[in-house]
Amino acid sequence: MRPKSVISCPHMGSYHIIFGQLLRRLFPDAQVLMPPPITQKTVDIGGRYSPDFVCAPFKLNLGNYIEALEAGANTLFQSGLGCRYGYYGELQEQILRDLGYDFTFVCLSRQRARPLAVSAILRGAGCPLPAHKIGAAFYLAAKSAKILDEYEYWMRENVGFEAVPGSCAAIHENLLNALSRAFCLRDLRSAQSYAARAISKIKLNRPENPLRVGIVGDLYTLMEPSGNFYLEKQLAREGVAVSRIMGLCFLLTPKNRRRLIGESGGYLMYPVGANGADSVSQSLSYARMGYDGILHIKSFGCIPELNAAPALANLCGDEGIPILELSFDCHTSRAGTETRIEAFADMLRRKRDAKIRTPGA
Amino acid sequence: MQKSARLGLDIGSVSTKAVVTDEDGAILASSYLWTQGGPVPAVKEALRELREKLPRDVKIVCVGVTGSARRLIGAMLEADAVKNEITAHAAGTLSRYPDTRTILEIGGQDSKIILLDEGIVTDYAMNSLCAAGTGAFLSAQAKRLGMEIEELGAAALRSRRPSKIAARCSVFAESDMIHKAQTGHSREDLVAGLCRAVVLSFLNNVGKGKRIRGPVVFQGGVSKNIGVLSAFRAELAQEIHVDVNSHLMGAVGASILADSGKRRRAEFDFSVADIPFSTQAKECAGCANSCEVVSIHKDGELLDRFGARCGGA
Repeated sequence: MRPKSVISCPHMGSYHIIFGQLLRRLFPDAQVLMPPPITQKTVDIGGRYSPDFVCAPFKLNLGNYIEALEAGANTLFQSGLGCRYGYYGELQEQILRDLGYDFTFVCLSRQRARPLAVSAILRGAGCPLPAHKIGAAFYLAAKSAKILDEYEYWMRENVGFEAVPGSCAAIHENLLNALSRAFCLRDLRSAQSYAARAISKIKLNRPENPLRVGIVGDLYTLMEPSGNFYLEKQLAREGVAVSRIMGLCFLLTPKNRRRLIGESGGYLMYPVGANGADSVSQSLSYARMGYDGILHIKSFGCIPELNAAPALANLCGDEGIPILELSFDCHTSRAGTETRIEAFADMLRRKRDAKIRTPGA
Repeated sequence: MQKSARLGLDIGSVSTKAVVTDEDGAILASSYLWTQGGPVPAVKEALRELREKLPRDVKIVCVGVTGSARRLIGAMLEADAVKNEITAHAAGTLSRYPDTRTILEIGGQDSKIILLDEGIVTDYAMNSLCAAGTGAFLSAQAKRLGMEIEELGAAALRSRRPSKIAARCSVFAESDMIHKAQTGHSREDLVAGLCRAVVLSFLNNVGKGKRIRGPVVFQGGVSKNIGVLSAFRAELAQEIHVDVNSHLMGAVGASILADSGKRRRAEFDFSVADIPFSTQAKECAGCANSCEVVSIHKDGELLDRFGARCGGA
């Protein structure tokens, strides 16, 4: 008889709530144990056992795994797919085995994540549910992600203008709790209406035309604030409304590559891997909507975003919109990021004051 | 009648710059010295120097700080403005050259390019990750060749056939230099090649994809190096302005930014230079983040504390 599974998976922003909800539904007999929150210690141990030139998300994932294993997990999940991320699972499993850990590794992307392959993988990991219930669990998780993404999108736009500091974060906290406990669609509906009510009651001192920055780049680095020194928070403190479409739901939405190349306005001829073309097409639409600036965020060595960078530079030059490119690894100094963000916000503000561009035009 | 003036400091990793400017931005007194890893003593030394140089009838009504130690020194001097280097450099340069469209700045550890349009910063870039082609690298190479950093520029100008030095990375540049030296290149040719490598690395890494339009102003400590300046002129094929006070522009800018109209003090008290300040960096044990929290004490009394990710500490 197998020992009781203790399941864990890496962190990614606040989505651990949704991963946890999904895993608890899929494995009712197992214990789900999320790794401790990402701290400097996570970064240190992840970095120590990772290849030096692999991108930062790999290192953070590995740090999460090690901390989860130390806390008692014996079954680790990885999704994979996308870019080099598709190979993460293989390498991470090997590194952890070499370190002497004993665990089951479940990598959903093997066999290209075909639904049948995924359900076979889940069965192998001990999921007792029939196919339609597996589908229902994924459906509930996807719906939860949508509610979370919608709230977080609103929050990024408005948190810089809240009248009572911390009020947006308090709603966020409550919403996460509700989603993590959700077990059926009715729970989701009540979470969603809670968020809508809370939003309508919150007091904002939002100017009519705030500074607006659109964020694009590699998705993990965007979504995991401890991987980017909480730069969205800093922008909010500078009084900037932040737009970022890229989130979990965006990641899971299938995209038409040819249309994406068309939407990148001639700045790309071919797909450049993962979400590189999305970065270009979204930046173009931000520029055309009259945004004040673009932030391009990537982990150091992210090939798709590196490919997108020259197209972005041309685009921003032509459209006359400033772009700030930031690369993150486990060692980039927080002070350097803060200086660049502060200077960026300062520049946008002064530019706006001088009315060189008319926003919203 | 006392004249009102503004104090600006730029506390960089390598050098500390301090200026007192009058209402029109003219420099009344200045100080330039090595930080040598100790921003607090360096600032005190600079203040003592300014106190001696400054005419009696000048009173300082506001203080601005910039540079990598701005947070610490801002707390120490209770500054009116604590600003990033980009904004400060642009403000300083615009007070001298209002038409500037490109600022090239190379300092001790970082380098930046700032693009302006009608006096407004429209784009900028800073070096990322590595200090290739900055002042610290030039100093290290001068030292290795047994030269004073001040003579490096003049020596470079004497060269007739600059050596080819790899520009991408300072480690490669150094091995190129060693190799060329061992095969018999003269020191003049080597340093001329080095100056060119610094310029190429700046244009490729920091200035990549940016349109450099005149008037161009070059500043920061390295702008004093005539070898690098002439390499820039050759590479960009246009006139490049270097102010006599090009090394002080960040501090001048900080002094201008301090003057935001809300004056908090009647007069800045230079006696701060004689008060003992102590700083202490401690790893916070509150959580696994182990943030390095720095606290600064003025005469034994806690003045400010920063560095914690949670905002607490």
